[in-house]
Amino acid sequence: MSSKVQILFKNIHKKDSHTYKVARDGGGYKQAEKALNMSTEDVIDEVKRAGIRGRGGAGFPAGLKWSFIPKDNSRAKYLVCNADEGEPGTCKDRDIIRYAPHLLIEGMIIAAFAVGAERGYIYIRGEFVKEAKILEKAIQEAKENGFLGDKVGGKNFRFELAVHRGAGAYVCGEETGLIESLEGKKGQPRVKPPFPANIGLWGGPTVINNVETLSSIPSIIENGGDWYGKLGVEKSSGTKLFSISGHVNKPGNYEVELGIPMKTLIEEYAGGVRGGWDNLKGVIPGGASSAVLPKEVCETVTMDYDAIAKAGSMLGSGAMIVMDKSVCIVRAIERLSRFYRHESCGQCTPCREGTGWLSQIMTRIESGKGVEDDIDLLLSIGNNIAGKTICALGDAAVGPVSGSIKAFRDEYIYHVEHGRCMVG
Amino acid sequence: MSIMQEDTQQDKPQFSASAMKQVEEIFSRYPDERRASALMPVLHLAQSEFGGWLSRPALDYVAEVVGVAPIRCYEVATFYTMYNLKPVGKYHVQVCTNIACWLCDSDNVVKVLEDKVQAKMGGTTQDNRFTLSEVECLGACINAPMMQVNDDYYENLTADRVAEIIDRLP
Repeated sequence: MSSKVQILFKNIHKKDSHTYKVARDGGGYKQAEKALNMSTEDVIDEVKRAGIRGRGGAGFPAGLKWSFIPKDNSRAKYLVCNADEGEPGTCKDRDIIRYAPHLLIEGMIIAAFAVGAERGYIYIRGEFVKEAKILEKAIQEAKENGFLGDKVGGKNFRFELAVHRGAGAYVCGEETGLIESLEGKKGQPRVKPPFPANIGLWGGPTVINNVETLSSIPSIIENGGDWYGKLGVEKSSGTKLFSISGHVNKPGNYEVELGIPMKTLIEEYAGGVRGGWDNLKGVIPGGASSAVLPKEVCETVTMDYDAIAKAGSMLGSGAMIVMDKSVCIVRAIERLSRFYRHESCGQCTPCREGTGWLSQIMTRIESGKGVEDDIDLLLSIGNNIAGKTICALGDAAVGPVSGSIKAFRDEYIYHVEHGRCMVG
Repeated sequence: MSIMQEDTQQDKPQFSASAMKQVEEIFSRYPDERRASALMPVLHLAQSEFGGWLSRPALDYVAEVVGVAPIRCYEVATFYTMYNLKPVGKYHVQVCTNIACWLCDSDNVVKVLEDKVQAKMGGTTQDNRFTLSEVECLGACINAPMMQVNDDYYENLTADRVAEIIDRLP
């Protein structure tokens, strides 16, 4: 496995990489031109064969998602790019937007052509004001150069693209919450089915893909689905961006092939753990919603969907939050529980009430007022949330709590017995 | 009791001619029969045009401009955290204290800021120059700790840099 293939970050180190000129000189929009000369079935087939799984967190195969869009249907179809990057630890899409916006637009043109969407939106989190401006400028440039509008690439294909800014709600990263928000409403997720592929934006068939997923599409068209499928490992093909934050010497976004050992990624790319590998306590491997993995597991686990799932966590968005031995796990998870309580949209009782309970009990333990039964109470509340809500936010709130109790139960016990943390 | 500010003293605000042009541009992004989708971007615009926050009369005005029932506008404005329903200072300083920033000592950023401007998180300085807020993850985790001042991100913060940034604001 070669670890040096760069698909997403290939051109980002060039000066003015965000401009049309630099993108075009580097081969930008050539794959859109190629795809427009293919049949839509062939485009979808290449993406299916690539085996690329959704990079936003859920990991659903993108080609399959596209193939769910009904063909014999007169309703208007839509393509939506999820750029509501809000999973704590995750900041990879931001770099694609800032340094390779035309790669994203090109991926969207190909996706829109494949599923027959004439209108697309990039839903970007509201705080990314500068990033939204970069995208708007890039869209304008693409329009001026005939890659958006009535005749994309001179072909008989129409595609309009616009940016839609969110306004600060984590739950809008959930695809149906995002659709509600795009329709000008509170971002409360919808009951599924129907899935967006059938009834999505304004009732039309809708594909929603993450920024990174869409930006990977041009390389699949260029080199073929089989080529992409050989990158990475079985069932986790391709390259992936990992946002590595926390206690490492060189935090950053790194593009590597899936299946790389976590230790290699941290030691060779992110500059190693602060104070050395032996100073590692644990890693949250896939954004705040994923369960923390203790050092023993981090020694050998590889960064792919199945391996991380087998280790009891999830690859999620690929945001690795590294914690050294100075960290109080209880306090770290207490902070995350406060986040989920704040972000629960309030429509499902188990999540609305349960995230509040989790947060209050975590605070009680952290502040030294907890009792031993609180630990099992947390697990019991978790069981009453997980799988009992419309969207995955409830499960996301439970993951860090139950995962940390599993891996670091001794720290919780120390907290309730001594009324303080075991790490100073 | 409403969580919105009942500012009955304030007249109903109005967009300037140039802001109205921006409204038209926003409308053009959506099909004509889907005008309600313009609600969020028009609220963003209203907030920046009307002094950094949205009063009840401002919300009523936005509802009228977009053509939705006022209750729809209140629902949206109260759901999303970026719409300020109370006045904020000239500089709204928002500090991320979520996990990646916390690991990189955002507690100290909070402390330095509070000392520096003499206000607590959630408060506004007496001269209305600064409002301090603690916020959830702003998506810049690899450059933690970070804060946002109005629209601008400031990343890789240290105590000295925080103080310098505050001093340099015009």
